[in-house]
Amino acid sequence: MVQELESRSMPRLLRALTILTALGFAGTLYLGLFAAGTDIQQGEVQRLFYIHMPSFFGAFTAFGLTVVGGIMALARGSEKWDKIALAGVEVGLAFALINLLTGAIWARPIWNTWWTWDPRLTSAAVMCLTYAAYLMLRAGIDDTARRRSFMSVYGIFAFVTVLITLFIIRIVPETIHPVIVGASPQNAQGSFEATSGVIIALVPSLLLWLTIMPITLMWHRYRLEDRLESLNRLKLKALSD
Amino acid sequence: MTGERAIIEVEQLSKVFGVLPALQRLDFSVARGEFVLLLGANGSGKSTLLRLLSGLSKPSAGTVRIGGWELPREAMELRAQIGLVAHRPLLYENLTARENLAFFGRLYGIERTECETRSRDLLRQVGLLRRADTLVRSFSRGMKQRLSIARAVLHQPDLLLLDEPYSGLDQRAAESLDALLATAWQEGRTIILSTHQLERLPQTAGRALILSRGRVAYDGAVEEDEMIPIYQAASA
Amino acid sequence: MKTAYIETVLAIASKDLRVELRSRELLSMTAIFALLSILVFSFALELDRTAREEAVSGVLWVTLIFASLLGLNRSLAQEYDQGNLDALLLAPVSRSAIFVGKLAGNALFTGLVGFLLLPLMTALYGMNMLDGRLILTTLTGIFGFCAIGTLLATMTVQTRAREALLPIAMLPIALPFLLTAVRATKGILTGASEWQVWFQLLLGITVIYLVLCLLLYKYVVEE
Repeated sequence: MVQELESRSMPRLLRALTILTALGFAGTLYLGLFAAGTDIQQGEVQRLFYIHMPSFFGAFTAFGLTVVGGIMALARGSEKWDKIALAGVEVGLAFALINLLTGAIWARPIWNTWWTWDPRLTSAAVMCLTYAAYLMLRAGIDDTARRRSFMSVYGIFAFVTVLITLFIIRIVPETIHPVIVGASPQNAQGSFEATSGVIIALVPSLLLWLTIMPITLMWHRYRLEDRLESLNRLKLKALSD
Repeated sequence: MTGERAIIEVEQLSKVFGVLPALQRLDFSVARGEFVLLLGANGSGKSTLLRLLSGLSKPSAGTVRIGGWELPREAMELRAQIGLVAHRPLLYENLTARENLAFFGRLYGIERTECETRSRDLLRQVGLLRRADTLVRSFSRGMKQRLSIARAVLHQPDLLLLDEPYSGLDQRAAESLDALLATAWQEGRTIILSTHQLERLPQTAGRALILSRGRVAYDGAVEEDEMIPIYQAASA
Repeated sequence: MKTAYIETVLAIASKDLRVELRSRELLSMTAIFALLSILVFSFALELDRTAREEAVSGVLWVTLIFASLLGLNRSLAQEYDQGNLDALLLAPVSRSAIFVGKLAGNALFTGLVGFLLLPLMTALYGMNMLDGRLILTTLTGIFGFCAIGTLLATMTVQTRAREALLPIAMLPIALPFLLTAVRATKGILTGASEWQVWFQLLLGITVIYLVLCLLLYKYVVEE
């Protein structure tokens, strides 16, 4: 029985992904910090952008996988997909917090404030709260079958806040949040041009955060949940024997 | 040819809550018109089994077939043939007895005048006709229990399931419950009744199933001499 | 099959109505809450006229959403506490019909509170809120967040910390309704033509959420 826990060594693919993520993160940090030029107007703080925007899209991927996990868990009634959904929420929430934090640090010198009740900032904060609510709701349900179906449903609805955050600039035009790709809103403050230097640093980072990074972290989180479950099963068995 | 005679066919039925197994590979069948007692200590899986049979909960593995319909795929067709009396009365406290029956009659698609006639007959049968227009909130436990039986048989189900119906009833209420069950059984309904009180068994029952830790420990005639040692071993 | 669906919806809604007419608990509670909220806001916003005009649509919707939270908790707790949800599930009726029946009752009660608020705010805030377009917007918004609220309350009454969990679970999910309804209301009050765009968005969101709720409701009631 104890072997059951120990024998599950890391799959080769996950090992490769983990190394790739670490190398990729170091590489994109190098590109962002050294390869890209310093922004003339904003200075060094603009480099935060190479994490700020990719981290939102990382959250997007993770929360999106929560929706997929939810739909599959409802259709198949499987524990596996529910664990994937949970992993998506936790990883996504971490990414979303990185997104908020880097944004706040950037805003301090550029907008002269840590935080402002701008539509996009507000909806990003609401998005974080929604997923925090997901975790609270989840902790309040003991029965696993019920928890699986409730949280699948909630995970599907919660994604609406992600879509709103993404599209709110198109819906509510009076935001001051800049758009780097495409035309910025009229009132945007702190835009900068997407020069070739910016793109060289941004694109690899975006790809990394959008794909390999959330998937790798979610996989680790999934394995952790799996182990917790076998541990609980062992505990229960030990108690009943 | 079991399909004709058997109303319930259970094969390899398992139910797991999280990592806790509640029922483990049950196999049994019940013929039409049988009156079966479901015995077992608290936590032996009686309620879980009754919830599964009534379609309120889905099996983790195995199959349940009732009147030829398979759960949970054909739950909708199956529901019309089942009446359940659960722990809780499943009645609306702020409606009168008659209104409660009228409401459930509508859910079961019983035509209005037909439902009124049946309600009156049933209320007379369970001795609540004089209280038909009082709110259920003011009813005693025994009265709620009787109304709850009226609710369960309103749509004339083939199968009547009762989960611990004797708990909380005094001697007189228990006797009138016995009489009601005997009538329901004589009308040709199959009855499954769960209880953990061996000293209080309905006389009409012809068969007993003893559950122990989610398995069948005894399946046979109601012979107290044979059942009691098994029951005691099972609840130890 | 179709008539059976409608019959179920009507049976559940009229049952809720009958219980409510008898006790008047839910309506009096939400109405008093809504009144208090409006009064408190009107004291808190002792501002100049333009600032109040800016705030009034927000006051209306925040009040409505909190009033509906109170009602939703009670409406679903009433089903769950006595085990009546099981009784509904035992019946051979479509799960989404149960949802629509509960939604109809909840939307009706919250809608009544909305009807009460509009003339009251007209008097207290000195602007005409008895406008056909505004009534339409109010009813649509109420219907929308009662839909998502009925689904979420069905979930939260089955959890441990339920009264506390419903607002936490519902407010972020109901944000799209709040956003569009407030904008539409503001547009109507200030006479801006853009209210139509916001109203259409509100309508669209309501339809999307309603479809999702109808599809997903069975998963939150069935074990």
